Amino acid sequence: MSKVGIASYGITKFSMEDSKIESVLLESTKKLFDDTPNLSRKDIDAVLVSTNNNSKYLSAILSEMSGIEPKIAHSIESLCNSGTNSIVSAYSYIASGLADVVLVSGAERYDSTGQILEWDNSRGEFKHPIFWASIFTKAYKREFSITDEQLALVSAKNHKQSQHNPYALSKKVYSLKEIINSKKLTDDLRLLDCSRPCTGGASILLASEDSCKKFTDNPIWITGIGQKTMSAGFTKNMAFSSMESTQYAALSALKMSKHSVMDVNVAEVHDAFAVCEPMALESIGFTDKGKGMDMIKELHTTNNFKINPRGGLIGAGHPLGATGIAQTIEITQQLQSNAEKRQVENAKIGLVHNMSAAATSSTVLVLER
Amino acid sequence: MTFESELYKGNFTIAECDKCKKIVWPPSEFCNNCFNQVIWRKGACEGKIIEFSKKNNEYFCLIEIENHIKVIGKMTSGIPIEGNKIKIDKCGIRENNYFFEISLI
Repeated sequence: MSKVGIASYGITKFSMEDSKIESVLLESTKKLFDDTPNLSRKDIDAVLVSTNNNSKYLSAILSEMSGIEPKIAHSIESLCNSGTNSIVSAYSYIASGLADVVLVSGAERYDSTGQILEWDNSRGEFKHPIFWASIFTKAYKREFSITDEQLALVSAKNHKQSQHNPYALSKKVYSLKEIINSKKLTDDLRLLDCSRPCTGGASILLASEDSCKKFTDNPIWITGIGQKTMSAGFTKNMAFSSMESTQYAALSALKMSKHSVMDVNVAEVHDAFAVCEPMALESIGFTDKGKGMDMIKELHTTNNFKINPRGGLIGAGHPLGATGIAQTIEITQQLQSNAEKRQVENAKIGLVHNMSAAATSSTVLVLER
Repeated sequence: MTFESELYKGNFTIAECDKCKKIVWPPSEFCNNCFNQVIWRKGACEGKIIEFSKKNNEYFCLIEIENHIKVIGKMTSGIPIEGNKIKIDKCGIRENNYFFEISLI
């Protein structure tokens, strides 16, 4: 199978702006074109749009607004992991030979309908994500004797790291006390334990090995892909203190890349809520079960940006359809040594973890220089 | 008869495959194991608490019924503990959402 690489990218500031979804898509696409001088509109074989927005025919609309006439154009919706799933689709088009160069553009508005899965009636009246997050948090705290004070470290670390991300929603650092004293949403969840839905866009250009070289001297290769869907309904999860779909996806992605998790130098993990970060680290295999918070504490106290250097979802904000693409852009910048103050030294292998609806499905990518 | 038509009347019914005897949840006309048609029977309406939390003064609990069906319900009285036995006192559909009101046995 031929190699597939990341040739370019563009990203918007994440905000609470009341922008049209089409404008958000176009903004990050324009930035990608501005930063890729050798890219012609005619080079693009496919335009894939990642969003949960209700607007119709957005890939054709983005194509027309950008002056592209692609062979392939369609949208991809998979709640919070729409972004990485779109990247996997782009990879597949290129690897199969159906396309040579693919533009993937993700966007969401702060008021996205993708935040709530109406279909999941097993959640009863408790369909908002704060309820599954509270159940996860309670189960994790109980099983591993973790306190609210310990979990607050996730938010403190990720808000701190996001201050070096010029596109992040978060504007300040928070002390553990401020996090614990932030608005109590449930007995097990504070406002600052949560990522915030926001408006944002991110675009990425994938290409075959030969075409990549036309657009960049510094391509980043996608060497591992893992995806797993366990169910759609939250209550079908077998465990509430670990992420089963993530375990499968990480294992597949690492196997495909022929690397061990210990080889990974930098990672973006899906911290939709604070408890998701230790759960993800354990499920990917970075650390043993119940030891995620020890790892996070060490990273925070040593100012090591290895996990969620852009601030994760908690620090950067969570525009659903753009999130997986923004995570992938961050790891790309890290591997290209372009991450400025967020740079993890000598990063050669990176990992992206993106999941949906209480980890009922997960996507993991491994990227390399 | 469907799960929802019964739930509208306040009845909790269970879809069970006539062929492989598997409980089908979420409720569906066809078994998700063998695609055989299901039969509908009255649910036991008793189960146990798997996990819970509290919003304002209201406990919401993840409960398991007949060792298979998990739903989130509201506790109307008492203080939940994981593993406690509960019963569904009232269920139905309110503002397009299913609801389950539970209490300790």
